[in-house]
Amino acid sequence: MSVSETTTDEFDDTLIAEPDRSAPARIRLSPGPTRRPTPEPAAPAITRQIVFDARGVWVDYGAKRALEDVTMTIERNLATALIGPSGCGKSTFLRCLNRMNDSIPGFSVGGELRYHGHDLYGPTANRVEVRRRIGMVFQKPNPFPKSIYDNVAWAPRNLGMKDGLDERVERALRGAALWDEVKDRLKQSALGLSGGQQQRLCIARAIAVEPDVVLLDEPASALDPIATASIEDLIHELKLRYTIVIVTHNMQQAMRVADRTAFFSLDENRTGALIEYADTKTLFSHPADSRTRDYITGQFG
Amino acid sequence: MSTVTPDPEFSLRPSGNLARRLLISRAAQGGAVIAAALAVVILLILIGFTVVHGIGALSWSFLTGNLPAATGQAGGIGPALLGTAELALIAGIISVTLGILTALFLTEFASPRVAAPVAATLDVLAGLPTIVAGVFVYGIVVAHFGESGIAAAIALSMVMTPLVARATLESLRRVPATWRDAAAALGVSHWRTVLTVILPGAASGITTAAILAVARGAGETAPLLFTSALYGNNVQLNPLHALPNLPLEIYTLIETGYPVSVQMAWGAAFLLMMTILLVNIVARIGLRRGERKRGL
Repeated sequence: MSVSETTTDEFDDTLIAEPDRSAPARIRLSPGPTRRPTPEPAAPAITRQIVFDARGVWVDYGAKRALEDVTMTIERNLATALIGPSGCGKSTFLRCLNRMNDSIPGFSVGGELRYHGHDLYGPTANRVEVRRRIGMVFQKPNPFPKSIYDNVAWAPRNLGMKDGLDERVERALRGAALWDEVKDRLKQSALGLSGGQQQRLCIARAIAVEPDVVLLDEPASALDPIATASIEDLIHELKLRYTIVIVTHNMQQAMRVADRTAFFSLDENRTGALIEYADTKTLFSHPADSRTRDYITGQFG
Repeated sequence: MSTVTPDPEFSLRPSGNLARRLLISRAAQGGAVIAAALAVVILLILIGFTVVHGIGALSWSFLTGNLPAATGQAGGIGPALLGTAELALIAGIISVTLGILTALFLTEFASPRVAAPVAATLDVLAGLPTIVAGVFVYGIVVAHFGESGIAAAIALSMVMTPLVARATLESLRRVPATWRDAAAALGVSHWRTVLTVILPGAASGITTAAILAVARGAGETAPLLFTSALYGNNVQLNPLHALPNLPLEIYTLIETGYPVSVQMAWGAAFLLMMTILLVNIVARIGLRRGERKRGL
């Protein structure tokens, strides 16, 4: 799918200042003209569609600036990792991507944050619709106190996707590599599953509504090494169908699962900032910034 | 191991003002224990007294018979039982609906700046003298349409609604934030989330709140004084008329002073108290069981 989609960006390049009509209707948040996505300066051989385009994004919590001037693009069908020490704003940035910060008192965001060319915080972008397209899995597994089946079927039911619900649930559970373990006890409570199974159930629940992007906020930090390994294997599968953005404290995990890695840290004002963003291999083998080097060699954080 | 003579300079006995503080501490502790014991003892005496006086009055004809036709005559309390049940039901429907919606507004929809004064208002309303609720409903309903079960139920629900709202608020606040996050991240609208995740999550607490409020309302007397007092001595189920009810019947019977009437009043008081006590206990057990099931 991504191969055929990639050509649309190159085509668009010739249509400067034209509305992005080539964007598929299903990823439009609102009608109207949109800005043309600009490719990275050092474009890789294959031009990938840009899903998120952040320019000078900042976040305040009340009077406190939490994140300063983030400019980066996140590309389709890649796994992008956000790493960095605690309090560096990586989770804040992740939660900006599907507007999960909106309900935090005092939260305000600025700069430009576009999703397939649409302003995520624009007046026509509805945050419920934003989250329909951009799903999220949290640090701690948080299944509903319902059966395994009902956990996965909950969102499709409430979004009116009632046709072929059984098949949809099975597809989502297979997609989360959980089907074989739970197919005989779909009616049992999800709270009886192990932590790793619960987290895969949460992934199944997120992909049951067929989102475009799945955000993962330290999805394995509450899990044991074996469960962590199964989540990491799953991420490799998931990125074939979805765009993955993952926040992790674990640098080895970023190296194992991510195609590209962004290193966030605190700047001289103790405000979170994006320090460096590159292909995972490059970032870990030849970091350009001394702060990145210090962090990945364990001299900081 | 060599024995060392205890050095008096490092004595471990209470020194300075510690001895006095320990004494005060013990006195305070003793006072608390006595006060708590007193509260329990008074409640037990009250229950015991009512049981002793009231249990003798109980009989099938007492439970089902019509109210005494004239002052000082024997009779039953059947119509009052039915009337109180009906009042509790109507007032329960009104107050549970309003109470749950108010609590939902406060936890799910109101901004903190709006929620705080509304919650404070609820607390004030919960402390409203019940006779004022009666007077208020007399002024706006009874003065125009006469006494009725509906008017009485409105007055009762003014007492019950803040209770339901307060208790529902507490159990809604105990619904884990992680469920809300999970639901929000799936792109489902807030109201659907409220209906299918948050309310079921708080269901046992809300049910308990409703039952406790109904039990409280069933025993309220003052709201009925001007709203449902002019009732006949036989069964009345039409809520557009004044409904016979237990609290006012107890009041009327005691007021007559006739031994047979006072005996009936004890019986009715016993019945009312035991019903409310039982409902309370069952509701609280149900709440604990429900919360354990959710792992709270």
